[in-house]
Amino acid sequence: MLQRLIDRRMGFFLGALFVAVVLIPLGNLVIAGQPVPSYVVALLAKYLCYALLAVALDLVWGYCGILSLGHGAFFALGGYAMGMHLMREIGDRGVYANPDLPDFMVFLNWQELPWFWYGFDSFIFACLMVLLVPGLLAFVFGWFAFRSRVTGVYLSIITQAMTYALMLAFFRNEMGFGGNNGLTDFKDVLGFNLQSDATRSGLFVLAALALTAGLLISKFITTSKLGKVLIAIRDAESRTRFTGYRVEGYKLFVFVVSAMMAGVAGAIYTPIVGIINPGEFSPANSIEIVIWVALGGRGTLVGAAIGAIIVALAKTLLTGWFPEFWLFALGAMFILVTIYLPTGVLGKFEQIVKRKPKPATKEVTA
Amino acid sequence: MRKFLLTILFLLAALPLRAQSFEELLLQLPEGSYSDRAAVAAAIAATGDDRAAGVLEVLAEGNLHILKSDGSIVEIRDVNGDDIAFSALDGTEVGEIGRGDTDKIKVNNGLRRDLRALLGSMSLLNADPNKRAEAAQAVFKDGDPGQIELLDSAIAAETEAWVADLMQEARAVAVLNSDMDTEAKLAAVKVLADRGDQDAKGVLSQFANDEALALPIATALSQIERTQQLWQVGQNVWYGLSLGSVLLLAAIGLAITFGVMGVINMAHGELVMLGAYSTFFVQELIRNNAAWLFDYSLLIAAPVAFLVAGSVGIGIERGIVRHLYGRPLETLLATWGVSLILQQTVRSIFGPNNREVGNPEWMSGAFELGGLTITYGRMWILIFALVVFAGLMLLLKKTAMGLQMRAVTQNREMAANMGIRTGRVDALTFGLGAGIAGLAGVALSQIDNVSPNLGQSYIVDSFMVVVFGGAGNLWGALAGAFSLGVANKFLEPFTGAVLGKILVLVFIILFIQKRPRGLFALKGRAVEA
Repeated sequence: MLQRLIDRRMGFFLGALFVAVVLIPLGNLVIAGQPVPSYVVALLAKYLCYALLAVALDLVWGYCGILSLGHGAFFALGGYAMGMHLMREIGDRGVYANPDLPDFMVFLNWQELPWFWYGFDSFIFACLMVLLVPGLLAFVFGWFAFRSRVTGVYLSIITQAMTYALMLAFFRNEMGFGGNNGLTDFKDVLGFNLQSDATRSGLFVLAALALTAGLLISKFITTSKLGKVLIAIRDAESRTRFTGYRVEGYKLFVFVVSAMMAGVAGAIYTPIVGIINPGEFSPANSIEIVIWVALGGRGTLVGAAIGAIIVALAKTLLTGWFPEFWLFALGAMFILVTIYLPTGVLGKFEQIVKRKPKPATKEVTA
Repeated sequence: MRKFLLTILFLLAALPLRAQSFEELLLQLPEGSYSDRAAVAAAIAATGDDRAAGVLEVLAEGNLHILKSDGSIVEIRDVNGDDIAFSALDGTEVGEIGRGDTDKIKVNNGLRRDLRALLGSMSLLNADPNKRAEAAQAVFKDGDPGQIELLDSAIAAETEAWVADLMQEARAVAVLNSDMDTEAKLAAVKVLADRGDQDAKGVLSQFANDEALALPIATALSQIERTQQLWQVGQNVWYGLSLGSVLLLAAIGLAITFGVMGVINMAHGELVMLGAYSTFFVQELIRNNAAWLFDYSLLIAAPVAFLVAGSVGIGIERGIVRHLYGRPLETLLATWGVSLILQQTVRSIFGPNNREVGNPEWMSGAFELGGLTITYGRMWILIFALVVFAGLMLLLKKTAMGLQMRAVTQNREMAANMGIRTGRVDALTFGLGAGIAGLAGVALSQIDNVSPNLGQSYIVDSFMVVVFGGAGNLWGALAGAFSLGVANKFLEPFTGAVLGKILVLVFIILFIQKRPRGLFALKGRAVEA
């Protein structure tokens, strides 16, 4: 069982992740002089959330051929669910010191809490919603889409429309999710102060654990018999259907699992960055997730995680050094990866490692 | 009755005085009693002199004085707290005057009323029909019952039917305000009900409490509401068509590339943006070098935008898309990359801010069509979209190139076997789609902000049009664009713009379940291609 889940790739990656989980909090909290600054911890934790999101997308795109351009929506919904709990935890410490209503509702002159905010006082309830809301949306959406055999680019486009519609909706103040500004000003989670270094490290470890769990669950699904059917659907959907499999059911299952995973990533992301706003729903964000997966290596899981970390790191560095240059780099990445690196960085790397040194070939490096 | 006599006086009795000039009459103003003054004022009005209205107005305000030193007539105006005299004849400044330097030409209430009536009648009988219409509108707003006789004579003398209608309506308001009998008022209600606009509704609802009139007014009001609703529907349809024309322009290029090549071009929005920037560039050149050409700038910009966007499109096809045929999802990602690069390039060259693209004279302004307000800009864009659509149809149906394109759409291998160079057709098709995106940019530059983000705001909408209409079918794009445009505008009043848009998106998501290949799906073998 363990052998099935942890192959060489997975072993290397999880090993590296473990080392990071030990060293980074150590460097931030224990070792004198703080060799790892706090903002780096938060940044790395954020990357790990992105990595989990990329793994979620790889599960549906890499293994089932569903190119969702709306995975950002599931991520953001998870984030909002957690954000709502964090808003409730602020209590009367908000600017308006209202014990019953979040600041933005006081500002909008609302008299009482809308019904869909009930229950978010409880952390357990919020965690349930983190899974349920994205899962339910994915279920309803997928049930309609897969049943009527919407595939390929059509599916991509309507997932994009879905996240676009949600973005427009969440921008409205009347929705009761803070409108334009989203949810922010969080104070603490389960009593731990979000500004403290210890909580940051804790969230980093949590993100690493979630990523590990996500990778293992995905690996478990894809190496099971069900996973074989998924791959069959990816490669020849009609043929799989004619062989007697109910393709819709398989697709729906994996789509819902993936959406929940994305929701969890969003839920951990929100306390780390301290804000969640409707911008997370923007279609451009969702397309960016796709390039993480493509760059890392589609259908490898570990590759998706690596791709997310590489792109996020490049974004942080480049937008800091040459802000103008970032979109050029990202655009070039999209073009070069799709044309020259169909198996991604991981695939290329393994190809180079495996191959015995040969005289120079006409291989293009990108 | 006094007013009526005055009007007659103005129309007929003033004739013998006509021989006298405006200047002579003006000097007679201070003499005699108030009623003499009224007669002179009527005579002044009858001269038809341009200055007459101004002088009478000043007189009614009590600011007309006679200068003691030379007996000339001046207007006293308060300029920064000093009393300055201006000549009533030519408006030149006479100078600052003290309290004792002038005598005021006195007016009492009766004279003031006469003067106002005179002023009203002067404009109601003006030689220019537009001036007459304006005066009638003014009476409509006032509803002064004292104007009824005047209006009657003006209506009798009126030659233009539409001005006469306006006067009738003004008269109706005056009648309602007067103490005339119920029958006359009922007729007035009917006149206003036929006018049937917001103003008529406002006037009528003022009198809804009058017992004798309550019922007819209620009927009239509901009649007006019905007409208004009808016009509102018409206006919504127009807004919808106008939005639809923009969507159509943005989407047909996309429909061609998607339909013929099965390629999703995510950079389509940026090609639209390039078209808009080409317009900006052409306008700048014209502004700096040949300002007299400005009114034609859009006509010059259109082919430029077509060529710029078209050649970029061909570049994209040859450089990138060509390597990815048969992998539509990868094409989608690569062209998204292109869109990011184009956006950033334009941002680096032209800056991130909105650029100002001017509207030529023939694109600005609006006109009324019944109860509809139609702006010229929107109208020309609608016409432009239809012309582009028709041109494209002709190209596809009547030319060799179109024939080849359709052949490739239907069966790529077979077309290749027949000797069609599919690669060349692909490049030209992509270029054509891109060029039309450029044309859309020219149109959009007139109604939207020209910024590097221009394309992004249209990309989701134009995809929806293509998905809804069915790829590969221009009629589908046409039907899709206009029905989405109209649906959006009809939802807006009930739900607000944003929620309306969300509902339309949800509707499309549901619609595509029923018809996964759109409204006008390709049938037969092409489906599985």
